[in-house]
Amino acid sequence: MAAAIGVVSIAAATVASAEPPAGAAACSGCHPASTRVTSPVPRLHGLDRAAIVRAMQDFRSGKRTGTVMDRIAKGFTDDEIQAIAAWYATQK
Amino acid sequence: MTTSRREFLKLGAAASAALLPRFAFAQGAAPRVVVVGGGFAGASCARALRQADPKITVTLVEANATFTACPFSNAVIGGLRAIEAQQFTYERIAADGITIARGIANAVDAQARTVTLADGVRLPYDRLVLAPGIDIRWGALPGYDEAAAATLPHAWRAGEQTLLLRRQLEAMDDGGLVVISAPANPFRCPPGPYERASLIAYYLKTRKPKSKVIVLDAKDAFSKQRLFLQAWSELYPGLLEWVPLSKGGNVTSVDAATRTLVTDFGRHQPKVANVIPPQKAGRIADVAGVADRSGWCPIDAVTFESKLQPRIHVIGDAAIAGAMPKSAFAANSQAKTCAAAVAMLLTGAVPSSPKLINTCYSLIAPDYGISVAGVYQPSASGLLADVPGSGGVSPVEAPRAVRTAEAVLAEAWFRTITGEVFG
Repeated sequence: MAAAIGVVSIAAATVASAEPPAGAAACSGCHPASTRVTSPVPRLHGLDRAAIVRAMQDFRSGKRTGTVMDRIAKGFTDDEIQAIAAWYATQK
Repeated sequence: MTTSRREFLKLGAAASAALLPRFAFAQGAAPRVVVVGGGFAGASCARALRQADPKITVTLVEANATFTACPFSNAVIGGLRAIEAQQFTYERIAADGITIARGIANAVDAQARTVTLADGVRLPYDRLVLAPGIDIRWGALPGYDEAAAATLPHAWRAGEQTLLLRRQLEAMDDGGLVVISAPANPFRCPPGPYERASLIAYYLKTRKPKSKVIVLDAKDAFSKQRLFLQAWSELYPGLLEWVPLSKGGNVTSVDAATRTLVTDFGRHQPKVANVIPPQKAGRIADVAGVADRSGWCPIDAVTFESKLQPRIHVIGDAAIAGAMPKSAFAANSQAKTCAAAVAMLLTGAVPSSPKLINTCYSLIAPDYGISVAGVYQPSASGLLADVPGSGGVSPVEAPRAVRTAEAVLAEAWFRTITGEVFG
């Protein structure tokens, strides 16, 4: 399992600086891309990759309760979550 | 004479005019994208195109100097919010290096790849993005034309119509009847009529408690229905009544002179009537030949390119986006997907399958919010479909703190999305 995730993250890292992976661009509808916006919803740009992955997996499994993220996380696969997290981790 | 034509002559080449676009590209000319419509879809797309590839020359065609947002305009109608909080300008978008063409797009030549504005200016494009939002289908509801809207406001495009409905509610004596007629699907903002009924009921409850609001509906089911009905019985008992299609809710004609709404079962003569009429894609979609007989625009689920005209993309409320509702969040999500696809297509690359999100909040009271969320991807049949197992509405059983939290998140969403699109 750990090895599988390792392979995925290497693949994700190679595209991290390029176009946002599938689904990533939609996040900023609620997670502010701008630092000028005040919101209780956290900004994802520059967040730790593992923290994003953990949050998405916990929302998806129900381990963490959310208002909408529990419903949204269920729409993403492990690979997609890894790619999105890797991309946001490299954004400023 | 168009820019590309001038460049062509300047180069003095003997290539035929038919080969011109390819030839111009080979010389390193900047690809040109014209976006028509500066709402959530169009303005988002213009900015996302510049971000995806700064070499793209982006022109945004918009008739108005100020944009008035529909989300939260029901709070304006309910007296909870100033219209100014809904209004945004295009200065920051222009500062991104996007040319703002103030005007109305009147014609599209899909062969010559030009958009002509009402003042005669012709804009050449390599790809065109149409984001015209909705037009009212005047006359589809007998008696409801543009003149009738001055008496029976639709308030379904925010601005003066929003303020007209608010003024009518303010002028109404306590004990008055308000009627909202809600259309059949599809239409802009599926939960919108019910949020509006809620916030009008809130206004009546707090200011004119002997009054009543009735929703006459052309449908038997609506978005977030269980959550709305539950909250209405809790917050507005006796104040808000919903009449579905099967109970005679379908409004078949209206008479503006007598402020009368006629249904199969009877007549209503309210003090204030809000007619939310049948809709279609904004006018330029029809002119460009991208709307089908339904009045809406079939698109490719990966690129949002029209199924009817090459190199023209349609996003936002005007598009037939499968399971995605006609919402500002969906429009913004589609705009970013479309921009990435257009940027790739302009370099000859093939866009990969996207994933899109929608989240829509509705306020039932200032401190009572509910939501629907969804995740979408192109299905095998080529439509945008729900990702199985994802999405859904707020829990029906939830402590009041959850509703309060969603009301706070609704406002945060509005700040965030308008910040991304206009800020």
